Amino acid sequence: MSAALQAGAFDVERIRQDFPILTRTVHGKKLVFLDSAASAQKPRAVIDAMAHCMEAQYANVHRGLHFMSERTSEAYEAVRDKVAGLINAASRDEIVFTRNGTESINLVAHSFGRALLKAGDAVVVSEMEHHANLVPWQMLRDAHGVELRIVKITDSGEVDFASLEAQFADGKVKLLAITHMSNVLGSYTPAERLCAFAHARGAKILLDGAQAIVHRRVDVQVIGADFYVFSGHKLYGPTGIGVLYARREILEDMPPFLGGGDMINSVSYTHSSWARPPHRFEAGTPAIIETIGLGAAIDYVEAIGFDAIAAHERALTEHALNMLADVPGLSVLGRAQDRGGVISFVMQDIHAHDIATLLDRQGIAVRAGHHCAEPLMGRLGVSSTARASFGVYTTRAEIDALKSGLLRVQQVFR
Amino acid sequence: MSEEMTQLYQELIMARARSPHFAGRPAAFEHHAQGENPVCGDQVEVFVGNAQVRHESRGCAILLASADLMAEAVAGKTAAEVSELHAAFEQMVETGQTNPALGDLNALAGLWEYRSRIRCATLPWAALAQALGA
Ligand SMILES: Cc1ncc(COP(=O)(O)O)c(C=O)c1O
Repeated sequence: MSAALQAGAFDVERIRQDFPILTRTVHGKKLVFLDSAASAQKPRAVIDAMAHCMEAQYANVHRGLHFMSERTSEAYEAVRDKVAGLINAASRDEIVFTRNGTESINLVAHSFGRALLKAGDAVVVSEMEHHANLVPWQMLRDAHGVELRIVKITDSGEVDFASLEAQFADGKVKLLAITHMSNVLGSYTPAERLCAFAHARGAKILLDGAQAIVHRRVDVQVIGADFYVFSGHKLYGPTGIGVLYARREILEDMPPFLGGGDMINSVSYTHSSWARPPHRFEAGTPAIIETIGLGAAIDYVEAIGFDAIAAHERALTEHALNMLADVPGLSVLGRAQDRGGVISFVMQDIHAHDIATLLDRQGIAVRAGHHCAEPLMGRLGVSSTARASFGVYTTRAEIDALKSGLLRVQQVFR
Repeated sequence: MSEEMTQLYQELIMARARSPHFAGRPAAFEHHAQGENPVCGDQVEVFVGNAQVRHESRGCAILLASADLMAEAVAGKTAAEVSELHAAFEQMVETGQTNPALGDLNALAGLWEYRSRIRCATLPWAALAQALGA
């Protein structure tokens, strides 16, 4: 049993013991990992669950009539229940396993987009989308003739509701596809308000929860989401497993995305009929081991509790914003009221890549670049930023190390 | 300051990044080409005319210094000589082995340890090769 699970209260030092990688050194320095928004580190429980699956309980799922296949299918399907519980889906059949959040959005764009949107309908995304929630809609626009519209954000990094009103004014918008938390600015979008807004105007809504799911309790029914997507690897789970949640009535109406084994009801040489959701959307052998790893990751975060996780990250973010305010010439991008543990910044006369390289030499991992949000960089008037992001294992001392690291970077550039 | 940190960001590189000697679009030129690093959006444009190279660069210190040191190194050289220098430069940043033929360009030898940054230094050279029709 992991240290964190035994602990009653949130104890970051005990949580750190659950993550083997955090004892590593980089360039002879203690690793300070501030890039969890790109991908989070993995707790022992996830590593062990995946190893256990391969060592003790592995076969293909839904296919064999033998012991190993049945046990593996049960373990795989049990994760569907865990995901449904995590986001409070009304039914386990509303959970589709994909490769990652990107594939989940592509699935919706292909299947829902081509079958249920018509040429002339419009899709709205925001100015602060990850490429994953922009490019699939551009592809749908080019292939299928839907219109793609961009809703503005304010300078503080929040959705501009006046712009949203304007985009919806002609009644053509049938889908609002928008981030639940920006991977660049750290801002949360007001998910409930956005869902109510879209529904009142006859549109469906997709929330990109790749970042949000990690930091807060998400309840898709309370929010009112039609689609909600995320990746396992940012939630302390493995790569190769992602989730698409969609309301049952919508999934029922959607045609398959990929064809092959597991997604059919019956097949002849001339014709096939589709399985019901969610299996209709899971063609081929799924990421069995990774799905089981995701299940362990969900157990892990649920045991810590989202209230504790959110409180820890709120305190860290506040501390980080205070510390960074003390670094001369540094500006933080975005000042949203409601924000999480992702902070992008630029420094006067020092390029983000140089910041990242010089921090790396001190053992501090941050991300630098456009963060898969090139259009947003243009909107913010920068070409790239440095980004520090936090997880359950991030400590105040690491944020202090970031600040002193940045002051050292400035000395090199003086 | 730790030595590791200043190894790459040494005096010559910082000086050229801060105040380049060969920056700016010339009034007249024969060839030009642009390079962009899709990972970060950094850009360099090189102009060739009168056996001189100038550059307009937007990017990190490594890119800026590399473009400027390149412009200095290739002044007066033939296209064939430039192409030889280019190959020697790529080998030097890949391996970290300095090469007397490269002169001040050897200041970038420390890059071999920063694999993800090598492209920052080679981008101006790729743009120059393109401008020269190589
Ligand atoms: C907001 C957001 N959306 C989507 C994605 C795409 O996630 P993945 O690359 O796991 O598909 C990311 C990950 O970087 C993200 O931060």
